[in-house]
Amino acid sequence: MSIELPLADADIVARRDEIARDLAAICGADAVISDEDGRRAFETDALTAYKRMPLAVVLPSTTEEVADVLHYAKANGIRVVPRGAGTSLCGGALPLEDAIVVGVSKMNRVLEVDFHNRFARVEAGITNLAISAAVSPQGFFYAPDPSSQLACTLAGNIAMNSGGAHCLKYGVTTNNVLGVKLVTMDGEIVEIGGPHLDAEGYDLLALIVGSEGQFGIVTEATVRILRAAEGARPMMIGFESSAKAGICVARIIASGIIPVAIEFMDKPAIEVCEAFAKAGYPTNVEALLIIEVEGSEQEIADRLAYIASIAHELNPLALVVSASEEQSAKIWKGRKSAFGAIGRLSDYYCMDGTIPLAHLPHVLEQIAEICRGHGLRVANIFHAGDGNLHPLVMYDANNPSEALKAEAAGAEILKLCVSVGGCLSGEHGVGIEKRDLMTTQFTDDDLAVQLRIKSVFDPDWLLNCGKVFPLDAVERAMAAQARASEGQADPAEAA
Amino acid sequence: MNDIMRPATEWELKSMMMALAERSIPVEVLGSGSKRGIGRPVLAPVALTTGAMRGISLYEPAELVMSARAGTPLSQIEVELASRGQMLPFEPIDLGFALGTNTSLQTIGAVFAANLSGSRRIAVGAARDFLLGVRGVNGHAEIFKSGGRVMKNVTGYDVARGLSGSWGTLAVFSEVTFKVLPLPDDVATLVYPDLTDDLAVELMSAAIAQPYEVSGTVHLSAGLATRLKHKGLAKEARSLTAIRLENFTRSISYRKQKLRELLSAYGAPLDLGLESSLEFWNEARRLSFFPPNGTHLWRISTTPSMAASLVGSVRRHMRVEAFYDWSGGLIWLETPATADAGSADIRRAVATHGGHATLIRADEPVRRSVEVFQPLGSAVDRITRGIKHAFDPMRLLNPGRMYATV
Repeated sequence: MSIELPLADADIVARRDEIARDLAAICGADAVISDEDGRRAFETDALTAYKRMPLAVVLPSTTEEVADVLHYAKANGIRVVPRGAGTSLCGGALPLEDAIVVGVSKMNRVLEVDFHNRFARVEAGITNLAISAAVSPQGFFYAPDPSSQLACTLAGNIAMNSGGAHCLKYGVTTNNVLGVKLVTMDGEIVEIGGPHLDAEGYDLLALIVGSEGQFGIVTEATVRILRAAEGARPMMIGFESSAKAGICVARIIASGIIPVAIEFMDKPAIEVCEAFAKAGYPTNVEALLIIEVEGSEQEIADRLAYIASIAHELNPLALVVSASEEQSAKIWKGRKSAFGAIGRLSDYYCMDGTIPLAHLPHVLEQIAEICRGHGLRVANIFHAGDGNLHPLVMYDANNPSEALKAEAAGAEILKLCVSVGGCLSGEHGVGIEKRDLMTTQFTDDDLAVQLRIKSVFDPDWLLNCGKVFPLDAVERAMAAQARASEGQADPAEAA
Repeated sequence: MNDIMRPATEWELKSMMMALAERSIPVEVLGSGSKRGIGRPVLAPVALTTGAMRGISLYEPAELVMSARAGTPLSQIEVELASRGQMLPFEPIDLGFALGTNTSLQTIGAVFAANLSGSRRIAVGAARDFLLGVRGVNGHAEIFKSGGRVMKNVTGYDVARGLSGSWGTLAVFSEVTFKVLPLPDDVATLVYPDLTDDLAVELMSAAIAQPYEVSGTVHLSAGLATRLKHKGLAKEARSLTAIRLENFTRSISYRKQKLRELLSAYGAPLDLGLESSLEFWNEARRLSFFPPNGTHLWRISTTPSMAASLVGSVRRHMRVEAFYDWSGGLIWLETPATADAGSADIRRAVATHGGHATLIRADEPVRRSVEVFQPLGSAVDRITRGIKHAFDPMRLLNPGRMYATV
């Protein structure tokens, strides 16, 4: 594969045993993994084409331990790669050979649930689904629902600003986090926000959520919990073309109804998911929409009927309203297991661009064209309500030239998304995967603004280095920073 | 104040910023100037307004997205959205009446620069939650953009949202892009009279925790209720607690009935229909019960269950009138005209109850002598100064408006 990673510092790698001993002194020997077999379990994330054995892995149990580890790493000039559950699809948690992987998975407790004020305070290593599980007996839930929610941690969700199928109505992670406890690279524990709305001062939460683990390690968070609707029900609408499905989505939204979710699958995706989950998807259609609405029985019936009336004007080939809880669960199971189902057939490269919806038919045609040009198959599954595409480019990972073709096709698809006014990543993050494409979306000045913010939190660039920005842009930024600090003292340091 | 610079384009804005940066001249950044009286006084020999950069540059109703140049009047945006049956979901609060300034010119850029949200914030999120992208010029005189026009975007850091609520101290916006939502078909309001603050917060929290999508929960003290101009409610002379439902008519009648049953312990509510509801919530949005009468006005964010106790502890020291929004999570507090605007007592109450307070209305001498924005803890203060330095190392943009060192 073709993405370059920062060179490892051989001196630090040579000090592995000493560093592991130091980490054990901070967190206890049980919390440190330095043997080769143990480290191998952490060598990659869900972007499995890239692997790097970490220097050492440490799994702290408390915020204070995280603080001590980061303080130690900074004092010794050692890089750190934060890790939640390692489900990043963009290499966001990919280790480096000279970096300590700091995993938060042991810190997974619910600390406080307050239904009166509608928040939960949790340790950030908790899985996404466990938050909802903790509050569901009282009829509440935590809204963002990435497909990996059974495994992925809130810490990872915060790092990537994760979304999910239901964020059309309820927003993504940044809209649902009220406060965090952040450990900075200096080892300082900083509390930002809290159970009240809209933290004081600058919106640092906005910067931290989605910072891909480059500003600090979040060990605790206060999240908004919501009362669930009385009920929810999906319907499936199948069309003879993606263009018609796209028109249907636009008309529904323009009509004044915002469903909780509008999911789109093309024929290859439908066939694979149906074979895997027996969800009852119509297989005679080119494009399938799964649309979910919420409310009381009557409200659900009213809204689904209204959506059906919009769809009927477009002569759908199939229109099925879920008739039972069981059927609803099956419909969603098919969708949520889509990546796994396709993964059983083939290796795939999952893209995550977002586009303005009006360009959907054109973009889908172009995606098919791009993949054909590289001799690769593609299945499309995505969040249609917000234009967030997930083309799955299928390839054979054992065939190096095919893997390179998949990467090339992916890059062309993302450039296409940007060219129609969209972006490189809707919910997975940049990581290493889209790092070198950042210049297609951003100018040097755009990137300079971001790079300077990174330097505020981590001037030595020790945290999750080699991700998000092209390596040469980082080098230029660090050189500019060095020149500036020669010229004048940083007031943040001086005061 | 000698000069007001009025760039008409982003490039003009950049060249003006370059000229200021070359000579290290600080500048007061304004939209229409309607909120100029908020914050610590800015010491700058020149002002710059975004008012000449106006116009809606993109509107796609089927994609729920609009872009507008920063100086576009909010009123123009809302008229355009309403013509297609849409709205700004966060219902930006209008401070013009309370501040005694011209409200009709408030700009869309300033709405996001101040992160102004109204009553619907508790249901749908704040202004910052609907901000998708910005373009602007920073203190380095660089044109930059962040975010974009699509709903979901995690490409790079969320700088756009990070700039919301920065009051022009980090960058001058040239264009903002935001998400919009459909207008509801119908609106209804249940108004419970004569509840104590404690009971009102309990009622509002109970209402918002039901699965009926309550879109506004406010409580006015009796003193404020008498100031309402609303035809049906002005004569009440009792405290009023209002619960809003917005949806299709059929849903509203169903949900209203459910809420009435659930909340029956709090008495029999008045039931406001569409027109009457719109009139009431428009007054709430304009804070029409806080006339510029020489008193001070604070905006306090706290957890709802702490709200009544917080107000009670301030009330022990001074006469106050309280308007609770967001189920009590937001308190607008009118305090007597004293030299420190009650700052010491309010800051102490906020420290013990949690949250933060901002002095929204006070004369310049008061704003010079007390902290207007919530003082920051040392770690957050250090990061804040670092962020300021990253965007505006020479401290040219609204220096001192939020904090003395920023």
